[in-house]
Amino acid sequence: MKIMNCPLNGPRNISEFVWGGEVKPMPDPASVDDRTWAAWLFLENNEAGVVREWWCHVPTSFWFIAERNTVTDEILRTYAAGDVFNTRVEFAPKAAENK
Amino acid sequence: MLPAFVPLKILRYGFRKKYPAERFIPKAQDLKKSYDVVIIGGGGHALACAYYLAKTHGITNVCVLERGYLAGGNTARNTAIIRSNYLTPEGVRFYEQSLSLYREFSQELDFNILYSERGHFTLAHTDAAVRTSRWRAEVNKQLGVDSELIYPDEIAKLCPHLNMSDKVRYPIMGALYHPPGSIARHDAVAWAYARGAAKLGVEIHQQTPVTGMIIENGTIKGVETPRGTVYANKVMQAVAGNTSVVAKMAGFKLPIRTIPLQACVSVPLKPFLDQIIVSGSLHVYVSQSSRGELVMGGSTDPYGLYSTRSTLDFKEGLLGHMLELLPMLGEVKVMRQWAGMTDMTPDFSPVMGLTPVKNYYIDSGWGTWGFKATPVCGMTMAHTIANDSPHDLIKPFYLDRFVEYAQVGEKGAASVGH
Repeated sequence: MKIMNCPLNGPRNISEFVWGGEVKPMPDPASVDDRTWAAWLFLENNEAGVVREWWCHVPTSFWFIAERNTVTDEILRTYAAGDVFNTRVEFAPKAAENK
Repeated sequence: MLPAFVPLKILRYGFRKKYPAERFIPKAQDLKKSYDVVIIGGGGHALACAYYLAKTHGITNVCVLERGYLAGGNTARNTAIIRSNYLTPEGVRFYEQSLSLYREFSQELDFNILYSERGHFTLAHTDAAVRTSRWRAEVNKQLGVDSELIYPDEIAKLCPHLNMSDKVRYPIMGALYHPPGSIARHDAVAWAYARGAAKLGVEIHQQTPVTGMIIENGTIKGVETPRGTVYANKVMQAVAGNTSVVAKMAGFKLPIRTIPLQACVSVPLKPFLDQIIVSGSLHVYVSQSSRGELVMGGSTDPYGLYSTRSTLDFKEGLLGHMLELLPMLGEVKVMRQWAGMTDMTPDFSPVMGLTPVKNYYIDSGWGTWGFKATPVCGMTMAHTIANDSPHDLIKPFYLDRFVEYAQVGEKGAASVGH
């Protein structure tokens, strides 16, 4: 079986992981319009080549980022999502203020 | 006559000029400078579209550009199942039209596609699956499709080979029975459309990839190929698996992920399995081809890939479940395996019709449901191209449904567990 290197748990069988799709820059949820938000949600680059994706190690619910070649089926690199995303995103700042 | 002379006689017959061998499509020629319509892709959908453009709409100045060889992609890599017992009314109407075109296919195109009505059983192993089966049956019947929920006593009578024991991990609790469910010879479908289209004047060019697009003021003007630039009034792409790669050249994105779908066949066995058996929960579908091979498929791969490699994981998963349904296959060997690259959409419905580029049309989003739609795709896309307006049957499958939150959630697709 194919082995993926989980940044938290080390090398594990690929069947322990779930594919989460490509990492895309999220538009600002407070100011974005519906069409742009939907486009971010649904439209894919679907690259043939090296991609950067979300993956989850299911038994530990650990989400991380993997770089993968979608043509050769090689996993190039995995790292914790915190290495890239290090600021908090407020999804509903206005609702929070009202409380 | 003595038997020893027979082969010689056949040989002589074969060489007689009076009965020349038929060429399905004329020999390759030079590309013309321009065409009314250029179709990117040379699979079943593309060839069907070329055929209906010429036959129904009288547009014969059409060129089909295929990167590899004719029908060498997903047309050759599916499990050849044809049915119309989907869940959404939009889906049912669309696939039912396809089924009726398939029924007339061999007659209309004078080509035997070995269309064989088998009866299609979608097994339910949970209360939730039984409920979805009832839902599907009612939607189907409302739209005139022969479909019914049946229970273990009747399943056992109709499919005597199935293991109906409740001493298994997922006992069979019911099935959605669809008597018109069929199989056909998939290659023949593409060849018949290719021959039909070529007879009407369509040019088919193999070994001719599209490497770029000429777009001026948001309107398609032509495509680049290694054999030169080809201008066209209208261009369609039908390249499921590589949809995003081609659409990128045209400058737009799609709600599609390319995911492999694997399948395999067993060694040929004597005919014993009339029915098409499908289990969404177990991720198994199986039917017996006219050559006696069991054609088996499961679910799509767990992650996206532009590759047609096969994996042991897939076969272990598929065959483990398979043996639960048909335990007597324990000693049977797998003979051949393959994979296709599918266009998976978030709502399990296709993406068809107009695109952000004027005069550029798309037939895509063919995940695990493309082969059965081949004739209706050809028919509706030809209509869409000829009139620059989507055919009624494909209006719900428009590209912008995702950004307008108007998805068509097709839980009747083969890859969806219930």
